Amino acid sequence: MTENAIALGRPDFDVISGWVQPNERVLDLGCGDGSLLKLLIATRGVRGWGIEIDNAGVLAAIGNGINVIQSDLEAGLSGFEDGEFDHVVLSRTLQTVRHTQRIIEEMLRVGREAVVSFPNFAYWKNRMAVMAGRMPVSEDLPYQWFDTPNIRFFTIADFDALCDEMGIAVRSRMVLDEKGNTVVEEANFLGSLAVYRLASG
Amino acid sequence: MSTHSVGHVSAQCARFDEPLTLKSGAVVPAYELVFETYGKLNAAGSNAILICHALSGHQHVAGYTDPERIKDTLGWWDNMIGPGKPIDTEKFFVVGLNNLGGCHGSTGPSTPNPATGHPWGADFPLVTVEDWVQAQARLADRLGIDAWAAVVGGSLGGMQALQWTIDLPDRVRHAAVIAAAPRLTAENIAFNDVARQAILTDPDFHGGNFYQHHTKPARGLRLARMLGHITYLSDDQMAEKFGRRLKGEGIGYGFGVEFEVESYLRYQGDKFASWFDANTYLLMTKALDYFDPAHATDGNLAAALAKATAKFLVVSFSTDWRFSPTRSREIVNALVHNGQDVAYAEVASNFGHDSFLMKDEQYHAIVRAYMGRIET
Repeated sequence: MTENAIALGRPDFDVISGWVQPNERVLDLGCGDGSLLKLLIATRGVRGWGIEIDNAGVLAAIGNGINVIQSDLEAGLSGFEDGEFDHVVLSRTLQTVRHTQRIIEEMLRVGREAVVSFPNFAYWKNRMAVMAGRMPVSEDLPYQWFDTPNIRFFTIADFDALCDEMGIAVRSRMVLDEKGNTVVEEANFLGSLAVYRLASG
Repeated sequence: MSTHSVGHVSAQCARFDEPLTLKSGAVVPAYELVFETYGKLNAAGSNAILICHALSGHQHVAGYTDPERIKDTLGWWDNMIGPGKPIDTEKFFVVGLNNLGGCHGSTGPSTPNPATGHPWGADFPLVTVEDWVQAQARLADRLGIDAWAAVVGGSLGGMQALQWTIDLPDRVRHAAVIAAAPRLTAENIAFNDVARQAILTDPDFHGGNFYQHHTKPARGLRLARMLGHITYLSDDQMAEKFGRRLKGEGIGYGFGVEFEVESYLRYQGDKFASWFDANTYLLMTKALDYFDPAHATDGNLAAALAKATAKFLVVSFSTDWRFSPTRSREIVNALVHNGQDVAYAEVASNFGHDSFLMKDEQYHAIVRAYMGRIET
């Protein structure tokens, strides 16, 4: 991890940084206070915009000088034209979105590539938690079942199957453990967080 | 109040003797613009903010004009502008003016036409948002401001901020376009026309030359304002504020004031008609109707905005149905399409179009955060 990503506690940001090029247009969905965009602008020289629904996030992003657009992701990306962005990022948010397939389709409509990161529910510690009779709480799933914003519970294998079904090409995939180290083998068992780079098939 | 107010202010007047050719082709041979300033212009002239007013606004934006009547003489955007306020006069030099065609001291239909010695009346040409930008640019020249740190406005004022970025991109670094739209809808124009018809058909209008008849079309202007006022509020807000409450004991089965909302609207209409000029009202509504920067680019707003180099803050309000959030998103989408810098906030507010004048925590925090980042 770079120092920036360590400071932010977001190892997936490093992966995403490696997939964008200077001057590319990046749209970050659910950008919060704009941390990822700030990092990509500072270290990769991209041009960035973010979508955020939460008032506090929008305010913080404006304070960070980020091009934040207050909008509801579930309403889609209908304001944007086809291919307007090089990368459309959805980091750790897909599991909170109701219309899963629609948002992925929309990302690939307005962007050349979609970058999606999500917690892997099949991570071995999560499996252990369920085996022990409790819903998992971990670094990448930091919520109790009663206050989680997550509404879609899926695994790396599930996501691969969905991409296949939707005819989406997986250009790259990086899987990380809880410490942010790269996982190469048995990804669906040893991986806590997955980061995908997708394109229309 | 004194700690957060710019305090006692008075207007200044700038006279321009170079003729101004308007978009319509008409020429205003010479004109005066009244304006107020708050804060100090820095040595580099880089901390100036222009506040553009909406339909009924004017140069008195912040502070008070009468220390004996502070509350009654506060500027129309005093909650936004002052020391420590979202547009901080400790940091910025803020300029408010009365636009050409206005009725608060700047040259307009109610000021004397030098050719006749009588008020201009119907002879005053219709003025567009583009014309205002040109006139405002001359005021900037006069004040020694090469480029505004920001041009800020709500409603019709937001349209001026937008036009600045298109017409004089080198002279505006930031634009705050609040509760505005890139052009009026048919419904909007329709509302404006009903308002105009109320004035134009008032027998006291005298074709716009009512000044010579020592009267004014107060009934028409009152109706125009009552109609306009309804469209600036929200259904929820009116329900909350008035509901079906009656003014008196019970229903009187007549046409007098019965419901509280009637009383309120009539009061607002009367008050407005007592101080506003009917010709200016007509002119302002026409400027609204004509505003359409994308007209020159076959309706393509992104193409119209392509020349802009400013960074944008766009703000809309959830209950504003006159200039709804969707209309602000058109501006945002066009800017994003062009790869331009824009932050957009959709503020949940109960006060309809008038929300932009209200003190709302999130709204003010956003303006404060954006303004705080502007380099001077």
